[in-house]
Amino acid sequence: MIWVIISVAADLLFWFWVGPHVPPGTMTSTAKSNQFDFTFLVLMALPVMIGVWVYLGYAIVTWSAKREGVPEPVGGPEARGNRKAQVAWITITSVVVLFLAGFGTVAVINDHGSGGGEGPNPIWNPAGASKAEAAALTSSSSWSPNSNQVLPVQVIAQQWKFTYRYPTFGGFESSELILPAGTTIAFNVTSLDVIHSFWAYQISVKADANPQQNNVAYTDTKGTGNFTVRCSELCGLWHGAMYNYGKVVSQSAFVNWAQTTESANAANTANLPPFAWTYVPDANGAAGGYYIDGNVTPYSPSEIYGAKQPAS
Amino acid sequence: MSMRGRLATVLGLFLVAVGLIVWSVASFLNPGVPGGVIDFTHAQPAGQAVNLTAQVVGSIGTGNHPTWVSYLAKDPTTGKWVHDTTWKLPANTVVHMTVYQFDSGSPLRNQEWGQVQGTTGNTATLNGANFSVYNSNTGNGVGHTFAIPSLNLSVPMVGVNGSATLCGVAPCGLKWAHNTETFSFKTPGPGNYNWQCFVPCGLGYLFGNGGGMSTQNYMGGFLEVVS
Repeated sequence: MIWVIISVAADLLFWFWVGPHVPPGTMTSTAKSNQFDFTFLVLMALPVMIGVWVYLGYAIVTWSAKREGVPEPVGGPEARGNRKAQVAWITITSVVVLFLAGFGTVAVINDHGSGGGEGPNPIWNPAGASKAEAAALTSSSSWSPNSNQVLPVQVIAQQWKFTYRYPTFGGFESSELILPAGTTIAFNVTSLDVIHSFWAYQISVKADANPQQNNVAYTDTKGTGNFTVRCSELCGLWHGAMYNYGKVVSQSAFVNWAQTTESANAANTANLPPFAWTYVPDANGAAGGYYIDGNVTPYSPSEIYGAKQPAS
Repeated sequence: MSMRGRLATVLGLFLVAVGLIVWSVASFLNPGVPGGVIDFTHAQPAGQAVNLTAQVVGSIGTGNHPTWVSYLAKDPTTGKWVHDTTWKLPANTVVHMTVYQFDSGSPLRNQEWGQVQGTTGNTATLNGANFSVYNSNTGNGVGHTFAIPSLNLSVPMVGVNGSATLCGVAPCGLKWAHNTETFSFKTPGPGNYNWQCFVPCGLGYLFGNGGGMSTQNYMGGFLEVVS
């Protein structure tokens, strides 16, 4: 009875007092889901933890050495052959673990992968994502406020900075990550060199950036706010400095920023390689100009970069 | 060995172990600044713009890694070129930077770095001519960049003609083939801000990002901004 009362009180306190403040917050659907998941797991764990503590207190009082005539708890008859206790323990722990496994699986599926990278062919993609991403590779890509369109954003990792391309706005590239509120974002994460990891904590998106791979992660932005982007894969000397900041702004502010940047960067955008999900250094410099030594074709990530290969 | 001898041995080994631990902890807590610091805070009256002159060379030519690429900066007090990449600057002050680029170039791995960003007016000059974008797929390409990621500042260092005889031992004099680039930016508030080259120019290393690209005091360093 003591265990039940304390557990209920602790769960209620956590749910109403701590839960709304649990990171990563509620800026996006995935952040909100992660906050709920963490809170829920704590609600499940608290009774277990309190059960251990209550039993510890019970044991201290019951089997105190100062008390006489108490059976020896360790090695005595009370410690052997209690089938009810064994069955109850195995049953309860199995149910809890299996339930949490199912809960976690449902949470991942319902939230389009829960902000995690799903690889190049995501199976939990939101409605409209496939169409938007197919359009991103052509000139037909567009996005406008209040259209419920998915916005593809490409994340390009390189030693040691993230840059971002917006295929729906002419494919310009920027060091800034600005997102519109109330929008489903499809992050397409890749790398130009070694393995990095795109981790936008407050919006709860985390996807590895692998060279020549497109790792897709989704989230639905809710309110406006600032967030931090960090590389979470040890990637070299300046790994610790590989971070920047992003913003979720109103849809009108986003369009204003995107169109202004598209115009300002137009001259350089013309020099960028055509928008693609991955970029492979080649001999013509069309997708980056660091070549493999000699005439090695196709590109091999294990080769050492070095001398310039003559254009074919 | 006598009991006294064994005790002395154990005590000696114990002291050596303690010494190593103390040294390791002290080194970890106070790693020090690699190389020296070039102080630009007293080179001009307070509040006035700082003139910072640097050069980037294809091979430093001396020291333990003579083939590595490197930046150098001119000490404002002595006027001598110094192989240190930690530069002490006053906060909230305009810095007029001149870079002599002595290395050849090639197309950029990411042409994003061909765009001048974060400088005053988002422009720079190349041999006296203004530019804001350099297409690295043309001409001599880009050899290096000077970039301060946290300030979103990046300036491409346009390469010289690779067929020319290039300077091989720094500091390089202006008689060698070079490009002169100038740009200005304003320092932020006090703090340490890393700067680096974004061109994987550590040739001979995997992905070009080893060697001088991954060693402090060559193709990266810090702006130590003080109030």
